[in-house]
Amino acid sequence: MLEFNNVSKTFAGPAGEVRAIRDLTLSVPAGQFVAVQGPSGSGKTTLLLMAGALLQPTAGEVLIDGQDPYRLGPDRRSLFRAEHIGFVFQQFHLVPYLNVLENVLAPSVARPLPDAHERARELIQRFNLNHRISHVPAELSTGERQRVALARALLNRPKLLLADEPTGNLDDENARVVLDAMRDFSRDGGAVLLVTHDAQAAGYAQRIVRLSDGMAVGETA
Amino acid sequence: MTDQLAQPPRRRGRPSPWGQLLRWALREMLHRKGNLASALLAVIVAVGSVVGAWTLLKVHDARTRQVLAAKRAQLQKTLAAMKDNMRKSTLKLSFNLVILPKGQNLRDWHTKDYADTYMPEEYASRLANSRIITVRHLLPVLQQKIKWPEMKRTIILVGTRGEIPKLHKPARKPLVQPVPPGTMVLGYELHRTLNLKVGDKVRLMGREFTIHKCYRQRGSKDDITVWIPLHEAQELLNKKGLINGILALECLCFGTGPDLLGRVRADVAKILPDTQVLELASKALARAEARLAVRREARAALQRERRSRARLRAARERFAGILIPLVLAGCAVWIAFSGFSNVRERRAEIGILRALGLRSSQIMVLFLSKSALVGLLGGVLGFLVGVAAGGRLGAALEGRVDIGSPGELFDPVLLLLALAVATPLTVVAGWVPAALAARQDPAEVLGRE
Repeated sequence: MLEFNNVSKTFAGPAGEVRAIRDLTLSVPAGQFVAVQGPSGSGKTTLLLMAGALLQPTAGEVLIDGQDPYRLGPDRRSLFRAEHIGFVFQQFHLVPYLNVLENVLAPSVARPLPDAHERARELIQRFNLNHRISHVPAELSTGERQRVALARALLNRPKLLLADEPTGNLDDENARVVLDAMRDFSRDGGAVLLVTHDAQAAGYAQRIVRLSDGMAVGETA
Repeated sequence: MTDQLAQPPRRRGRPSPWGQLLRWALREMLHRKGNLASALLAVIVAVGSVVGAWTLLKVHDARTRQVLAAKRAQLQKTLAAMKDNMRKSTLKLSFNLVILPKGQNLRDWHTKDYADTYMPEEYASRLANSRIITVRHLLPVLQQKIKWPEMKRTIILVGTRGEIPKLHKPARKPLVQPVPPGTMVLGYELHRTLNLKVGDKVRLMGREFTIHKCYRQRGSKDDITVWIPLHEAQELLNKKGLINGILALECLCFGTGPDLLGRVRADVAKILPDTQVLELASKALARAEARLAVRREARAALQRERRSRARLRAARERFAGILIPLVLAGCAVWIAFSGFSNVRERRAEIGILRALGLRSSQIMVLFLSKSALVGLLGGVLGFLVGVAAGGRLGAALEGRVDIGSPGELFDPVLLLLALAVATPLTVVAGWVPAALAARQDPAEVLGRE
């Protein structure tokens, strides 16, 4: 589902070039839950953004469902993201002025689905947010916010779920709900790439890839 | 790939993606009330200043109509009062008459301005000695247009003996002084062109005269007239004992009634049946002239007022013409800054929306919808504020103004105009911040977060 073939990413910094990812080759097949671990500055977030068709690699090839999204124009790449990828972030990134239902429905503005409302309500039900459906994010607990973000990520039935420290702000109970949902997603045939420091979260993954200085330095099955 | 961009059918009753973006824009406005208030205030100031200036001019125009109507009514009143006074005062205004021989053809008299038929000089004395009270100041004259052979000039020669005193009345100061024997009085054009002055001796039809008086310019046939004593004129014109007119000046008409002249004519006819009486100038003419003068003055006063109001209006228009573009430019900058601030505040939101697949055009629409909504709402509020402020300021500057119906100021066309100005203004001012938002790199925002 997700393939990195000899991917490198270099940024221009004040003290010269910074090589965030170096010649990385990685594959996350459909139905697999992969965690990426590494110290701060090891290139985890850069890897995630490139996997999300948001950051073009300097060299190498990123394939999602067999397609290189960076060969597409900006509008087609946006639609590609809406169709194939779901995102979950540590900071949730909910739209503050929309209620729970509208936040979950947000991806349908990019890619309208005929059953978007039914799907949104189903996800809201699944993540036990029914009683909060009309609430805005400021009125939700952190766990509820992350569950809304997860429901939003799953609305368009993506094939790839990208998560950046999704449990970083959650208590154990809420972290478990989120990780369970991600594991269920992979069991249903989706590919999950989880970037985390948290060993408990990484424990949900079938494979753990260790990053250091932009390179894969080890892998645990 | 084209298939990927094809949109699946939408369920009935569910908003389209564009409808959803519009709804989001509305929600965002209500969520960030400070930003909304700032942008709205800018639009209200912009629209309010345009509408306020417009309303102020409307109030000015209403006041002008009111002032001119009041002035017109006042002048009509003054004119009517003046007319009445004129009627009363001219009741006792005197006539100037000329008494001519009965057989005188009036067409000829009007053409030549003197009679070519004659009557005895004694008629003047008979009239003076009668007890007629309507006729005063009698001047028998003999006048004729002749060639002044010595000077080779055509002149009007008038023989006059001055006024005939009325024996039954106490002596009055005569209106016209007689010409002393052996002298002549010259009209302006004659003494000027012949270079004659008082005391000079000249010959007229072989007889010597001393110049007694030289008249100033009168702009009439008097300027080519020579006045000499009546008896000498009769001798020169070979009309001894004859005259061809009696001027009756300042004839009084007592009482009121339509035919005052008829009464004078009847009085004269009783004494001099062989004559006819003509009026030289009428009091109606005097009234008409006075009325015209008053009307002219009234029109001039109205015109002055109208000009003064127009000058005031032009000054206000000029002031608004300078102020309004400055205010609009200031407000556009204000709206743009408000937009930039909104974009900065929503960086993370824009990043995640882009990550969720929203296209840059959809981000533009999200921001421009907000701008348009602010423009519409601000346009309506600015219109109301402008009308109220313009009306108040107008009342303060102009005093109490009768506008008529309140709808006079609430002009729906002006409201549409306000919306037509406000909405594009906010959209244009919000364009750059919206474009900036649309171009924002989501990776940069999400990576930093």
